[in-house]
Amino acid sequence: MTSASSSPLAITATGLRKSFGDKVVLDGISLNAAAGTIFALLGPNGAGKTTTVNILSTLIGADGGEAQVAGRDLAREPDAVRAAIGVTGQFSAVDKLLTGQENLLLMADLNHLDRREGRRRAAELLERFDLTQAANQLPPTYSGGMLRRLDLAMTLIGDPRVIFLDEPTTGLDPRSRRTMWEIIRELVAGGATILLTTQYLEEADELADQVALLDHGRLIAEGTPEELKRLVPGGHVRLQFADAGTLDYAAKALGVAASHDEALALQIPSDGSVRSLRALLARLDDEGVEVGELSVHTPDLDDVFLALTGQPREKEAETP
Amino acid sequence: MSTGGYAVRDSVTMLRRNLLHAKRYPVSSTGTLVVPILLLLAFGGLFGNALGAGLGVTSGGAIDYTDYLTPAIIVIAAASGALSTSLSVNLDMTAGIINRFRTMAISRASVLTGHVLGSVIQTIIAIVLVIGAALLIGFRPNATAVEWLAAAGLLALLTLALTWPAAAAGLAAKGPEGASNIQLLAFLPILGSGVVPPESMPAGVRWFAEHQPFTPIIETLRGLLLGTPIGNNAVIALAWCIGIALIGYLWARALFSRDPSSNFREVFTALR
Repeated sequence: MTSASSSPLAITATGLRKSFGDKVVLDGISLNAAAGTIFALLGPNGAGKTTTVNILSTLIGADGGEAQVAGRDLAREPDAVRAAIGVTGQFSAVDKLLTGQENLLLMADLNHLDRREGRRRAAELLERFDLTQAANQLPPTYSGGMLRRLDLAMTLIGDPRVIFLDEPTTGLDPRSRRTMWEIIRELVAGGATILLTTQYLEEADELADQVALLDHGRLIAEGTPEELKRLVPGGHVRLQFADAGTLDYAAKALGVAASHDEALALQIPSDGSVRSLRALLARLDDEGVEVGELSVHTPDLDDVFLALTGQPREKEAETP
Repeated sequence: MSTGGYAVRDSVTMLRRNLLHAKRYPVSSTGTLVVPILLLLAFGGLFGNALGAGLGVTSGGAIDYTDYLTPAIIVIAAASGALSTSLSVNLDMTAGIINRFRTMAISRASVLTGHVLGSVIQTIIAIVLVIGAALLIGFRPNATAVEWLAAAGLLALLTLALTWPAAAAGLAAKGPEGASNIQLLAFLPILGSGVVPPESMPAGVRWFAEHQPFTPIIETLRGLLLGTPIGNNAVIALAWCIGIALIGYLWARALFSRDPSSNFREVFTALR
């Protein structure tokens, strides 16, 4: 699958623009995703994530800018791009009148696999995504997680080198979300490049090598999850004490400045991990500090947006 | 790599998909049978004697009314198939899977070709069943094997000619309500020489009835199955069929290759 001429960048885009009527949806997006990595587009609803995926996957045209996917130009060689990509959109793209297996065989045929190879790949994917039992049932009987897995299996039957996943875990229960994360990691381990969109900072943090933050059609920050989180001052542990004396003592023990307000609380910067909490608690124990209440505040998308745009993200942009 | 080379293979795959749909969800294809069979029973059975008596006045009573009516019912059956085509295309375009097809390296035309060929096959089956029903209530054609073959060819061409614009209508419609307007097509043969001769109609309607495309098609079919004079109706019928098929095909193709974001634009405008 790899050729000498293939660029180490699986996706590159420069200055992508798109408007629907007088509404500017993408206002000059540039991004680069290295081959064999996960690139996450993070942003609230209405930020332009899906539009970016739709353009990069050849579904709709851009009004301006250019992009290469898998080394092929989007505008000049859309069919070569299509042959290299797989897309699993936000909304289910399975044929509801065909069984799980028939859906996969349809995809095998459209990927021009021969009959034997198609059957083999379909059976393999059903097995891998735990759908063998449901292979002969129609999708309306599937759970949300199963439907998402079938959708992804259909995308994978053509062995795409670049995979677009638009909000792959939105609406899934925590367990199905974990399963989907496992699958995504395996795909990258197998050599694929993934561009995924998400509304969850946690998900980008968990999966992505590179994250770009999208807001109102512009990229407002880009970097590794660590780099992004460093931009965000939101992560801390809040310790509450019974009286000012204990607070002072604790502040000295932990080496932070004590601020005397009515709340009698200390804010200790923390990434919220179990390890750092355990270390903090051990420290407090060693010093014999009596803590009244403890709460962990991890930075979330709201903190990121607050930190980067100076204003909370617009709630009305969300759709149920 | 050109996707053009896969046009036939992809079309066959899509055809198989559409036939599987029809097998799994036969309501829409059996729906194709309801209108022509009901009209056959109403005009042929209930009003047959009265209409036949009236017919005798204008055409000299040389022809049995069920025989006169059946070619029109067959044409109505061909037109009824347009509804299920339009609906299934519309349903497909609003479902997520079409976006998957659009991002795959397949022949773009194959999606529509699959629909159209699937519909043509289903409609031809419906036509055969309608002819069977007509034979049961007394339809007695006197066609030779060659005439039957010619009639079959004409009907296949007619079905194809009606299916392309039906597919386009399904693409153009915003929802199933819009897509089902096409069923009016099935009633158009009545406003021709289908049920009664145009000579018996009021002047304005008569002009339309004599010049609309279904009239030469019905007259040709009548001639092939019953031996009535065809004249230049065959040539006019073929010209109409080829013309309608071509325009329908070009219209459908233009609608399908439209950038889907033009639809999003409508959605966006609607939301604001």
